[in-house]
Amino acid sequence: MKHELAHYLSQTAKELQPSGIRKFFDLAASMEGVISLGVGEPDFITPWSIREATILSLEQGFTSYTANPGLLELREEITFYLERRFGVKYDPSNQVIVTIGASQAIDLAFRAILNHGDEVLIVEPAFVSYAPLVAIAGGNPVPVATSPENGFKVTAKQIEAAITEKTKAILLCSPNNPTGSTLTKADLVEIAAIIEKHDLLVVSDEIYAELCYDEDFTSVASIQGMYERTILINGFSKGFAMTGWRLGFLAGPTELVEVMLKIHQYTTMCAPHMLQHGAIEALRNTYPEVVSMRNSYRRRRNYVVQTLNQMGLGCHTPGGAFYVFPSIRSTGLSSEQFAEELLIQEKVAVVPGNVFGESGEGYIRCSYATSMPQLQEALKRMGRFLETKGVTGDPSPKKVNTH
Amino acid sequence: MHLSSEEIEILRIIEENHKLPIQSIALMATCSEDTVQKTIDKLEQAQIIMSYPTLIDWSKVDGQENVIAMIDVKVTPKRGVGFDEVAQRISRFPEVSSLYLMSGAYDLSITVEGKSMHQISNFVSEKLSTIDNVISTTTHFMLKKYKHDGVIFNSGSDDKDRRMVVSP
Repeated sequence: MKHELAHYLSQTAKELQPSGIRKFFDLAASMEGVISLGVGEPDFITPWSIREATILSLEQGFTSYTANPGLLELREEITFYLERRFGVKYDPSNQVIVTIGASQAIDLAFRAILNHGDEVLIVEPAFVSYAPLVAIAGGNPVPVATSPENGFKVTAKQIEAAITEKTKAILLCSPNNPTGSTLTKADLVEIAAIIEKHDLLVVSDEIYAELCYDEDFTSVASIQGMYERTILINGFSKGFAMTGWRLGFLAGPTELVEVMLKIHQYTTMCAPHMLQHGAIEALRNTYPEVVSMRNSYRRRRNYVVQTLNQMGLGCHTPGGAFYVFPSIRSTGLSSEQFAEELLIQEKVAVVPGNVFGESGEGYIRCSYATSMPQLQEALKRMGRFLETKGVTGDPSPKKVNTH
Repeated sequence: MHLSSEEIEILRIIEENHKLPIQSIALMATCSEDTVQKTIDKLEQAQIIMSYPTLIDWSKVDGQENVIAMIDVKVTPKRGVGFDEVAQRISRFPEVSSLYLMSGAYDLSITVEGKSMHQISNFVSEKLSTIDNVISTTTHFMLKKYKHDGVIFNSGSDDKDRRMVVSP
């Protein structure tokens, strides 16, 4: 070959930053006896009836392709679910696509709407994939930093300040990974006014919708004026404990969905057939298990938030997801230093906040999707670690502030 | 008895794990330690919290394996007290680990535990069958426990944490 291989790579691909989580994962995975608060997925195994329905579909030979947007039966269940739970109505015949995880849905959304140079506002701290997916689709991700004073909830003002002529869309993720902050209906109404004023689209990642602890989840698509400009993205990973299935879905205005479907059929054809049968069972019959998992997370959230605050790692009470995002500024360490030293000294893995964007510096993400005995031990070790850093907490219990 | 949602929350937490320290329960239920202690005391007194048994898989301990039998019992109910009198009478035997009144082909379902088949057959022939109101018994010996009180036995690697240590 005439050139180095790097010469053949696309400029966009070359410029993608490797995920900061990767480096940390390699270090944590090489150690024994680590308690991990770094896991971004449920500690529950998928409810048995979902697994059983999938086994049955394999036994019955459901191994062919399905329609590109997924089985009609599943799309119907998805529309019943969205209406029942969040009050938003979609037509299963042309407004819904079953995707390979919510991640593929986000990818489809950006590919369908972005022209070269279009800007997408990304509320930060944010899940690590959003900005790279915008870049891959030719757009420019524009971070909108949120602040701890407002519980990491984005405000209409912060959004407006970031809007330029090139802004085409905003990505909202509520409840949020990594902060757990959750936008209420009132918050969304305020944000919606700005979105409408500037005529933007919304890509709404609602993957944690089932994990709201203090009040019912509100979908931005249910806010007046938003339905026709929102691509709603959800899936089975978090609420139904189905991360490894890679099964998600999107719903939106027909004109947008038709274009996303074109891309979907050329890139993936369809989501795996047998897994779609599991998803039908999930939506039909496992809601009691979803509720029971949610209750379990809520209790653990209450425990972890109060204990961290008592230890001197201040954190707001997240309204959803299974993360807390405490400040580690009192230690004088950077997020990465903190995470690395904690891992080496006490064998507790957390994720440094800066991997979720610049505004995450000074914070760490702790997942409480792990058993109570493990959480108790992890927090005990963290307390010991903090003492060596001269951080002493206030042991008087504080009430969890649920708004 | 009507319980507040806070009291029910405390019950749900200790139902899953009664070994949690009061302090942790208080944090999970977002109430004071004092409230947790008082609630538990109250519910113990009211016999809503009945006891705190530990589920042990004795089959894994050499020389400690028990023989367990489930016995279907037909009895004659008695005017005025129905099945209660005979049921209570049977329930007092220490060999009886559970006893339920059932609908269907027989009346009482009894679980009996003993050291040997011999001990259980002795119990059935000498104690249970000789009670006045007992008409018939059918004894089924348990061969293997797969699940008990919601807990799967010998699940092997089923409940192993297979997640990656760190993920986004």
